[in-house]
Amino acid sequence: MSERTVELEVLRFNPETDSEPRFQRYSVPCMNEWVVLDALNHVKEIMDPTLSYRWSCHMAVCGSCGMMINGEPKLACKAFLREYEGVIRVEPLAHFPIQRDLVTVIDDFVTKLKRVKPYLIPKAVQPVEAGEFRQSPAELKRYKQYTLCINCMLCYAACPEYGLVPKFIGPAAISLAHRYNEDSRDGGREERQQEIASNEGVWECSFVGACSEVCPEHVDPAGALQQVKIKSTVDWYQEHLMPWNKK
Amino acid sequence: MSAHGKPYVREVSRYAWFFRSPRYLRYMVREVTCVFIALHALILLVALRRLSEGREAWESFLHNLTGPAGVVLQLVILAFAVYHSTSWFNVTPKAMPVQIGEKFLPGAVIIGAHYAGWFVASIAVLFLAGAF
Repeated sequence: MSERTVELEVLRFNPETDSEPRFQRYSVPCMNEWVVLDALNHVKEIMDPTLSYRWSCHMAVCGSCGMMINGEPKLACKAFLREYEGVIRVEPLAHFPIQRDLVTVIDDFVTKLKRVKPYLIPKAVQPVEAGEFRQSPAELKRYKQYTLCINCMLCYAACPEYGLVPKFIGPAAISLAHRYNEDSRDGGREERQQEIASNEGVWECSFVGACSEVCPEHVDPAGALQQVKIKSTVDWYQEHLMPWNKK
Repeated sequence: MSAHGKPYVREVSRYAWFFRSPRYLRYMVREVTCVFIALHALILLVALRRLSEGREAWESFLHNLTGPAGVVLQLVILAFAVYHSTSWFNVTPKAMPVQIGEKFLPGAVIIGAHYAGWFVASIAVLFLAGAF
């Protein structure tokens, strides 16, 4: 295992003493196979215990360690040091308020996620004796990729629209709404449409596509949002041109 | 939250945000090139108007359009219109995925279908214009 010294430039902010954030430089002795999260852990354990950041699983599953690494939204546990040269600049996820150091305030995302009802709403209540809700492999495939979302919020940090118009419900929440709308066992589309087909929903998206490019799980939120736009447009035409079709 | 002090909000520049990342700049180029499509539509409108004004007006319009400045303008419009259209063709698989059984049709097929449609429409227009 080879070792090298990595220069980390970390954005620090202490809400109790600082009026604005500042960068702090750390020279960290690192193993070649480390990720940025390992370097941060080394700083916290050995060099500076005051550094704050979120992390948990260290394997790109929990979605906690999202941060800006050289300006790109990344999971710190998936950003290998060997892929970087020179000083590595680490900042909290863009577009979210900074709580402390690399920790952001994520209440806005959590509220939006709740608004889109990201859970199965059965078409009709059914007693347990009636058996399971069956689904074919093709029906599963229809929405499967969206189930891989880990709520890491990298897509919100990448979305310029969310940065400019914070009321935008945003990529992950709308993709998860789409995931349940596309599920053959679900009957909650109309409830979700009130949120995601509104001005704050898909119509705020201008299809930059950055969300899909940064997603660490290769979900395609940009695709989901365009599909919701098309379906909502079809809804509108059906309602206005074919009113007899109305339920 | 307030018990731990006030969170710090980083302002986003309303006018320079698209310089922050090459992918934002790419998006802006895709969007801004639509202006050249509008410019071409405008030339067509002027053509109609000149046509309605009689033979002399029409011929002077044609003369301007086939002069060096007219040709350069149309080539520039063509280049940007092609960029604008192809950049949209290339993102169509995201908006209209086609699922057949348990598989999705490869994106290249959906993009290819758009190019094929474009080709057929162009041939039809050329045919109507008497090019063949």
